[in-house]
Amino acid sequence: MILQDNFIHNLAAKGLRMDKRKLDEFRPIVVETGVIAKAEGSARVKIGNTEVIVGVKLDVGTPFPDKPSEGVLITNAEFSPIASPLFEKGPPREEAIELARVVDRGIRESKAIETAKLCIAEKEKVWMVFVDIHILNHFGNLIDASAMAAIAALLTAKMPEYDGEKVNYEKHSGKLPVKCKPVAVTMAKIGERIVVDASLEEEQVMAARLTATTKDDGNVCALQKGGTSSLTLEDIESMLALSKEKGKEIRKLL
Amino acid sequence: MPTKEGSMMMTRADGRKNEDIRPITVRAGVLHRANGSALFSLGRTTAIAAVYGPRPLHPKHLQIPNKALLQTVYSMTPFSTTERVRPGPSRRSQEITKVVREALEPAVYVEEFPKATIDVYMDILQADAGTRTAAINAASVALADAGIPMRDLVCAVAVGKIDGQYTVDLAGKEEELTECDLPVAIMPRTGKVTLLQMDGDITTEDVVKIIKLARQACGKIYEMQKQALRDRWLPEAKAMEEAKG
Repeated sequence: MILQDNFIHNLAAKGLRMDKRKLDEFRPIVVETGVIAKAEGSARVKIGNTEVIVGVKLDVGTPFPDKPSEGVLITNAEFSPIASPLFEKGPPREEAIELARVVDRGIRESKAIETAKLCIAEKEKVWMVFVDIHILNHFGNLIDASAMAAIAALLTAKMPEYDGEKVNYEKHSGKLPVKCKPVAVTMAKIGERIVVDASLEEEQVMAARLTATTKDDGNVCALQKGGTSSLTLEDIESMLALSKEKGKEIRKLL
Repeated sequence: MPTKEGSMMMTRADGRKNEDIRPITVRAGVLHRANGSALFSLGRTTAIAAVYGPRPLHPKHLQIPNKALLQTVYSMTPFSTTERVRPGPSRRSQEITKVVREALEPAVYVEEFPKATIDVYMDILQADAGTRTAAINAASVALADAGIPMRDLVCAVAVGKIDGQYTVDLAGKEEELTECDLPVAIMPRTGKVTLLQMDGDITTEDVVKIIKLARQACGKIYEMQKQALRDRWLPEAKAMEEAKG
């Protein structure tokens, strides 16, 4: 463990990584949509061997009292034991909660979903959008994979028909109104270097990480620092620039 | 930085200027069973923190061979907000528990206490925006009060942007008006950032400016935190010196 720790640090100091990637290089990304027929929208994203599936379900519910004419977004993440020997059965733990909340924040704050269009009857009925994240293979960088799968699934989600009483999931009336593509990019600090898309091994030795979610116009809509160490302002500045650049590349895949 | 004119024009609901933080109270050693404790209030937001340890960690499999495990719990008392908070952990409080722990750990010499645990409990007694930053401010004083070796105290504040103006230490309705909410924690001696979160929609340049503003605002909090520790420990230190003769 300590040997591997030193190995990764020494490599990073030379600008190298265990899997021969450049410091600012993602593993190959594959985005596939429409993978779950029963869901209104779905996507499977692979970043290298990391694999995440997101299903979007819609239902009719009551709006929040402070936003009586807006649809509701609910994001949840399940770290099922099928994805890693370290995941346990039971209610979501800290990491799963953080992941879901970071993904949620990116979608919510970018106003990607036009929630005003999801109102059926003010104060009474609105569409609820459930984004459920399910991890299949954990080989590092779950946040970026989940955020990518979430927006990909939302972009393909169809609106079921609603007759005022029942939702008819067999018939559809158009697409879920989604107007932009927020992309989360997580960068890890290893020694004095910054890497994107950390592998599982790199995540285990990183000092700190920063997730920056950017929009199509380059603005930032969510930030989350993690890890047990600190970041300098210079680190943050270069991470922000990197997240914009990588965000642009990833957006083309969606 | 807003211009002087700008900040004069834009007085806030509570009469503060954009760069002003609310009145601060900090007291160390407020609890008596804990090894260290502190109370921190910022306007109407009040956090109290207790520290236990370093103490043995059970179950054993949680022990870390080369450092102490830092454990935190952030929780809001049911009566801290207008609408009662349901007791027990929520998704929000669990996320805050995690980010607050990661904000404090960089400052603590955890490597001094292999296999032990240091437990930090933070309760929000009253909430009027900025509870996670208040919890961090209280906890870092409590850790120092417990005599745990630290690289620095941790100071935290949230900064927003209202009507195009950067607004330090959001309070009350400002949380609804702001274009972004950016809580930042720093270690003032080096300026290193230990907590950074944001929701909103701003440019990357805004983020950098806001972090710089937060750093400045933390200066005042830092002084108050240090003063609280002096008030708590100087009389005792003096008494000990006198007893020695």
